[in-house]
Amino acid sequence: MKTREKRIVEPPFHVVKRAAMPVWQSMLIRVAAVVIALLFCSILAIFLIDADPIEFITTLFEGAFGSSRRLWKFAKDASVLLCIALAITPAFRMRFWNIGAEGQTLVGALASVAVAIYLGGKVPEWLLLIIMFLAAVIMGAIWGGLPAFFKAKWQTNETLFTLMMNYVASGLVAYFLLLWTPSGSSVLGRLDNGHLPVIGHEYLLLIIVVLVMTVIAYVYLQHTKQGYEISVVGESENTARYIGISVNKVIVRTMIISGAICGIAGFLIVSALDHSITETTVGGMGFTAIMVSWLAKFNPLVMIGTSSFITFLQQGSAQITTNFNIDSAFPDMVVGIVLFFIIGCEFFIGYSLKFRKKDNKKKAVDAPKAEETTDKEEKAQ
Amino acid sequence: MNKQVALEMRGVSKYFGSLAANKNVDLDVYRGEILAILGENGCGKTTLMNMIAGIYFPDSGTISVDGKEVIIKSPKDAFEHGIGMVHQHFKLVDLFTAAENIVLGINDGSNYNINEVNTKVLEIAEKYGFNVDPKKKIYDMSVSEKQTVEILKVLYRGADILILDEPSAVLTPQETEKLFEILRRMREDGKSILIITHKLHEVLSISDRVAVLRKGEHIATVDTATTTAEALTEMMVGKKVELNIDRPEPQNVADRLEIKHINVTDAEGVKVLDDITFTARAGEILGIAGIAGSGQKELLEAIAGLKQLDSGEIIFNRPKKDLPVSFYHKTFAQVTALAAEGKFHYEDGTPVDFTGMSHSQIKALVNDGKVLFNEDDVMDLCDKTPLQIRELGVRLSFVPEDRLGMGLVGNMDLIDNMMLRSYRKGHSIFVDRKKPGDLAERIIKELEVATPSSHTPVRRLSGGNVQKVLVGREIASAPTVLMTAYPVRGLDINSSYTIYNLLTEQKQKGVAVVFVGEDLDVLVELCDRIMVICAGQVTAMLDGRTTTKEEIGLYMTKTNVSTDDAKEGNDNENT
Repeated sequence: MKTREKRIVEPPFHVVKRAAMPVWQSMLIRVAAVVIALLFCSILAIFLIDADPIEFITTLFEGAFGSSRRLWKFAKDASVLLCIALAITPAFRMRFWNIGAEGQTLVGALASVAVAIYLGGKVPEWLLLIIMFLAAVIMGAIWGGLPAFFKAKWQTNETLFTLMMNYVASGLVAYFLLLWTPSGSSVLGRLDNGHLPVIGHEYLLLIIVVLVMTVIAYVYLQHTKQGYEISVVGESENTARYIGISVNKVIVRTMIISGAICGIAGFLIVSALDHSITETTVGGMGFTAIMVSWLAKFNPLVMIGTSSFITFLQQGSAQITTNFNIDSAFPDMVVGIVLFFIIGCEFFIGYSLKFRKKDNKKKAVDAPKAEETTDKEEKAQ
Repeated sequence: MNKQVALEMRGVSKYFGSLAANKNVDLDVYRGEILAILGENGCGKTTLMNMIAGIYFPDSGTISVDGKEVIIKSPKDAFEHGIGMVHQHFKLVDLFTAAENIVLGINDGSNYNINEVNTKVLEIAEKYGFNVDPKKKIYDMSVSEKQTVEILKVLYRGADILILDEPSAVLTPQETEKLFEILRRMREDGKSILIITHKLHEVLSISDRVAVLRKGEHIATVDTATTTAEALTEMMVGKKVELNIDRPEPQNVADRLEIKHINVTDAEGVKVLDDITFTARAGEILGIAGIAGSGQKELLEAIAGLKQLDSGEIIFNRPKKDLPVSFYHKTFAQVTALAAEGKFHYEDGTPVDFTGMSHSQIKALVNDGKVLFNEDDVMDLCDKTPLQIRELGVRLSFVPEDRLGMGLVGNMDLIDNMMLRSYRKGHSIFVDRKKPGDLAERIIKELEVATPSSHTPVRRLSGGNVQKVLVGREIASAPTVLMTAYPVRGLDINSSYTIYNLLTEQKQKGVAVVFVGEDLDVLVELCDRIMVICAGQVTAMLDGRTTTKEEIGLYMTKTNVSTDDAKEGNDNENT
C-alpha cells in the first residue's frame, strides 16, 4: 500500500476499435491519405530537387495522362500489371503466399517465344498462336503447381519455394538466349511470327482481354464453388477439413490456376507487346502485383483501380525524373511514400483515437457528488 | 464486520464503436467480501473487470481504490493499486516452474533469488491452503494446478482485490469445492474477491453479494442470502426463465451408431483413445463426461472422419426399415439385385418380387414410394473422410468445440457459413446463395440470433449467437446423429437453455444425440445415459436418471480401470 503514492498520469488519448465504417467514409479516408501523401512528396521535392510543388504535381499527372501516347502506354502497363495481379489473387485468398509470379510469368513468356522460334513459319499463324498460348499456360501451371505440390506433400514453405523458382526461371531464360543467339550476344531480335492481331490501337486487344479476364476472375472467386472453397481454405484449414474439403487438392488446383494465369500474362507480353524476351521482361511486376492485389483486398474489380493507381505513380514520377533531370531513385521514393500513407490510413479505418474531456475529469475530482447527480440525470434521460 | 469500501466505480462507460459494452456502471466492492458478477453473455462483465484490471481504459467515469481516485491504464498500474485478475485462459510459460512463472515480470529492484521466491510462494500457499509445488514445471501440471499458479501469481504481487473470470469452468466438482474453500479463507483475511460466473448454484454457495449486469448496465446488487436462483435469473434476463430442463422419456430407441474398440494415437505418438466401445442410440441423449482433455475431442473427431483410427470399428445403422427405396443413392441394377435377395416389401408387408416386371413398371413402383426396405442399412464409417461419409448419405452433424476455428469461418457472413454444409449440392459450378440466405434468415428468426443482418461476419457476433448459428446450421440438415462438444461453453443461461431445448427436440425427432459437457449439473438433468471417460478410456456408463454428479466426478478421475469393468457397466446399462 505504500507504493501507491506514485502518481499515474492519465493518457492523453487511447486507441479504440471502431465498429464497421460506411464504405464512403473509408474511401474518403483513403483519398485523403493519397492527397496528404502527394502534398508530402511535393514538399519533399522542394527541398530535394528544388521543384515548384504545383509544377511537381502537374508533371506527375502529365507524365501519366499528358498525351494520347502516354495514355495508351499507361493503359497498357496497368493492364499487364493487372493481369499478373489477377494471377496471384486466388493464391493469396487461399493464404498461399505466392511470390513467384515473376518466374511464372517469365516461363510463360519463354515457352511462347520457344514455340514461335521452333514452329514459326511451319504452321499457320493462328495455329501458332494457339500453341504458344497453350505452351505458356502449361509452363506457368507447372511453375505454380510445383511449389503447391511440395507443400501439400511435404509441407515445404511456399514463400521460399516460389521465390527460388523465380531464379530458376531467369536462369532458364539466360540459357535459352545464349542458345538462340549464335553470336553469343544474348540479345534476341524481334520475332517474325506469333503476333496477336491488332484491332484499332496496337494495345487495345490486350486491354480488352485483361478486362474480360478480370470479370471472369471476379465471378470465379465470388460466385463459384471452387472460389468458395478457396476462401474457406484461406480462412481456416480446420473448417475446410471439417466440412470435407480436401485441402491439398484445393491448394494444388488453385496454384495451377494461379500459375496458368501468369503464363497467359507471359504469352500476352510476348505476342502482343515485346515480340521478344530478355531476363527482365517481367521487370519486377510479379512483386508489384502483390501490392495491387493486397491494396484491393483481393477483389479483382477493385484491382482495376489499384493497378491503375500504381501505374500512374510509376509513370508520372518517371516523367519527373526526365523533366527535372534527377536520379531515377526519386520515382521509387514517391511510390514508397504514397503506399506508406495508404497502408497507414488503414489504421484509422479500423481504429479511432479517443480523447478524454479534461473538464469532465476535473469536475469528477472536485465535486464527485455533482458528477453523480449528472450521471443520474443522464440515466433518467 | 465493518464495511470498508475497497473499490468504487462511478459512471464507468466503455464503448466499442457504437456498441455500449458498459454504460454508467456504479459499483462498490467492500473489503473482506466475495462479490459475484452475474449477467447474460455479452453483457459486459468481462469488459468491466478488464477496466479494473487495466486491460481496457474506460471512455468515461472514475475508479477509486480506498476512496482515492486512480487511473489504471495497464495491468501494471492495477497491481500498483493491489488489483489482480485471473483470466479464463491461463497465461503461463510451459517450460518454467510455478515459482518462475509467479515471479515473471516483477521488477521491484531487488535481486532475483529463486529460493526466496520458492519459500515465499510456499508461505502464501500455506496461508490459504493451496496445494502447490513451486518447483514443478507448468507442462507437468493439471488444469487446476495451473489455475492455482495463476491465483498465486496475483497474490504474490500483493493484490488484495482479486478478480476471477469463470474459475470453475475447468474444474471438477471436487476441485471447485476446494477452490471455494480457499476463496473463503482469503475473504476472512480481508481480501476482496470479484468472481465472474455463469453457474447460479455457485453464485449462491460462494458469494456474499451479487451484482447483476444486463446489456452493459448495472441492474442491482443484492445480498446473496436474501435472493434465489429464480430472482437472479429474472434480473439478468429481464424476464422470467424456466430453469428446469425438460427430459422426456426416450421413444423408439434404436442402436444408431456403434463404436467398437477404437484406438487413436495423436501426432506425438500418445494414445488419446484407448479401446473405446459404446453405442449411441436414436431417440436418446448420450452425455459424455470427463476432465477436459480426456479424449472427448478426439473421440468426436474420430467419428466425424477427421481423425485416423489405429484400429476399431464405427458402425452406422441407417434408418431404412419401412422407408421407401429411391434411385437417389442406388442405381436401377442395385435395386433389382437387392430385390432379388428379398430385401424389400410392400406397404402391406408382402415381399417384393420384380420377376416378370418390365423396366418401366419397376421404376414406377420405386418412384411412387411403394417399395420399402426390410431392414436398416448397416455401414462401416471407418477410414472414411467427412466427404465420403456425406456421400454415403449419412447425415452426421457435428458441433465442434472450436466454433470459429472449425465449425464456422469467422470472417464470412452468416449466409456463407450456412453454405459450408450445402454448397456442393447440384451440378452447377456456381454457388447458390439463395437457399443458404433463406436458412440464415430462418435461424436468425427462430433462434433469436442477435445480429445486424445475415451479411454480418460471424466473428462480430457474441459467443451465444455464434453458437446458435452453428447449432442451427447443423440441425438444419436434419441429422440422424448429432454430436455436440461443449455446446453451451461460455453461453449465458438463456442461450444455454435454448440449446438444451434444441437438443431435446432433436432427441424426440429420433436423432441420436451425443452431448459432451462440462457442467455435471446439466449432464445429470439433460442426458438419458452418461458415459464417463478418463485418459482416453471409458470408466463408466451411467443412467442419467439415477446417477449423481459426485458419482460422475469419481469416475472422472478413476484411472487404470480394466476394460472389463467398463464393459460390464456398459452391458448392465444395455439390459
